[in-house]
Amino acid sequence: MAVLVDSGTRVLVQGITGREGSFHAKAMLDYGTKVVAGVTPGKGGSEVHGVPVYDSVKEAVAEHPEINTSIIFVPAPFAPDAVYEAVDAGIKLVVVITEGIPVHDTMRFVNYARQKGATVIGPNCPGVITPGQAKVGIMPGHIFREGGVAVVSRSGTLTYEISYMLTRQGIGQSTVVGIGGDPIVGLSFTEALRLFQQDPQTEALVLIGEIGGDMEERAAEMIKKGEFTKPVVAYIAGRTAPPEKRMGHAGAIIMMGAGTYEGKVKALREAGVEVAETPFEVPDLVRRALRR
Amino acid sequence: MKLYEFEAKEILRMYGVETPLSVLVMPGDDVAAKVREAGLEPPLVVKSQVLVAGRGKAGGIKLVESVEEAVRVAEELWRKPIKGILPGALLVERAVPHEAELYTSIIIDRSERRPVVLASRYGGMDIEEIAREKPESIVRYYVDPFLGLRGYEARMVGKEIGLSGRLLNSYASFLQVLYRVFTALEAELVESNPLAIVGDKVVPLDARIIVDDNSLFRHKELVERRRVEQRGEYTEWEVKARSQGLPFVELDGDIGIIGNGAGLTMATMDLVYHFGGRPANFLDIGGGARAELVKKAVSFLLEFPKASKIFINVFGGITRGDEVARGIVAAVRESGSSKPLVVRLSGTREEEGRRILEDASIYAYTDPVEAVKKVVSL
Repeated sequence: MAVLVDSGTRVLVQGITGREGSFHAKAMLDYGTKVVAGVTPGKGGSEVHGVPVYDSVKEAVAEHPEINTSIIFVPAPFAPDAVYEAVDAGIKLVVVITEGIPVHDTMRFVNYARQKGATVIGPNCPGVITPGQAKVGIMPGHIFREGGVAVVSRSGTLTYEISYMLTRQGIGQSTVVGIGGDPIVGLSFTEALRLFQQDPQTEALVLIGEIGGDMEERAAEMIKKGEFTKPVVAYIAGRTAPPEKRMGHAGAIIMMGAGTYEGKVKALREAGVEVAETPFEVPDLVRRALRR
Repeated sequence: MKLYEFEAKEILRMYGVETPLSVLVMPGDDVAAKVREAGLEPPLVVKSQVLVAGRGKAGGIKLVESVEEAVRVAEELWRKPIKGILPGALLVERAVPHEAELYTSIIIDRSERRPVVLASRYGGMDIEEIAREKPESIVRYYVDPFLGLRGYEARMVGKEIGLSGRLLNSYASFLQVLYRVFTALEAELVESNPLAIVGDKVVPLDARIIVDDNSLFRHKELVERRRVEQRGEYTEWEVKARSQGLPFVELDGDIGIIGNGAGLTMATMDLVYHFGGRPANFLDIGGGARAELVKKAVSFLLEFPKASKIFINVFGGITRGDEVARGIVAAVRESGSSKPLVVRLSGTREEEGRRILEDASIYAYTDPVEAVKKVVSL
């Protein structure tokens, strides 16, 4: 089993004719993901890497009713429109790779998707991969390996770094989700944890957080209450980041004393989570957690 | 983008809010003449226009009883840095006698994924302080992002902070305008603190607006209309970096940091700190950086005086090791700088990258921990 994406995943790529869209459509196909259609308004009727392109999501879904997931590579000013289009066409999982979407836009499309029963992952995220089954994202596929450890992360490169370390040490992953680094994301830590709690393949979970917001604290609260019962190892980036400064990610900012490294680590430790001082301690802590 | 108080008040006035009569004074202006032209009568308040919170406590806001005193205080404020920042302008405003001060702001609540109104009948302090001293006084009201803040909701908030009669209606109208500004400008924060009670009306004595940088492509007028250069939000080197499109944050240490991806760059800073070093900055080259961008980033740190040595940590996914290496080598060659440089390179095209670096006598580590220990020991 897996969460969010698996061998039954059939992908639509919105923005497939763009530089990023076309490059990653190819990389997903190479990984074995079933990419069945693409959309770029005005480019309907063409093909990219053998994948048919349509002018609208509605047309793509009419031709390929098996589509159940969309990945969005549309530039920030137009990305919200692409999300509404996917949700209105009945697609239940929408992965938004696009960086730099205005937060008011994100707030609205995330709320809209939930009302329609769809899940948005991201924006500003690397996507989701279930090793050996499907990759719906921009992560390098070869660094992951099938196994029992879930990874949930607010950072793209740290996801790669830590997953690759796990793989090299013989620890495979069930599903790896990059939830994105923006202040508002479609899938939060607690929501991801709820999915992994139900997943029999997942034996332990690695949570990669960062300064800003209170998602890590909320995850800690959930673990403390016993709503997530598998072992969790966490790493929080941004210990040395000064307050009120935005560290690259739009969400990585300590505002009015909230969202600090210390606060997050304290909450997680109090919930019984092992918190790594550096990303490089994560594999050892995971191995220990798995033995327990 | 943080707006100055005078800019935020201009916007409120455009939306029909009454604000105290005031005049903006620029460097070199004759304060007395400006005040007289504007028809301002003492008592007055002279306010340093800086983009930092807590101006009042830092001595950036002064009440004066005469025009002569205003001139004197202005002289003083021009030279007085507020939290390290000199003002770009001064606002001279009519002092408004008032009975009480309220606090009101609107922000986006990340977890609820909705706008939230924060209101308290104790204004004049920052919200953190109010939360600490009178937590029960803070009203939090979540707004449906599709419906907006409706009239009855605004009145409910006013009622909850203890207002009644015509004052309640004045507050509710103000709050609805504030919400309109919040959505129209796509703000991260709109705030009025203190919001004064004057008879049966509310009058914003201060106003603060922070606009989401990601939405600025739709709000070019804010940038174009700016009359006072941005100060206080960014240091000199941060401004320089931004003009080159580099996500750079200045810190206090001496080790220059470059990473790819915000998370890894932060983790790199943390790792340096963990092994006893002090990061001089945060600089993220992002995903898929080409040689040209890497060169720009490295050249920038080679010039950045605080960084006495540089640590580059790249884990290639979309980013290619050979592109990174070419960028580093080009920057070093061109600058002729002899700053020590430690590189960690892993991932996509790692071997090619390593070869390019070694041809230029730069050793590339695979293990980030070894690399960090090295740069700290230099």
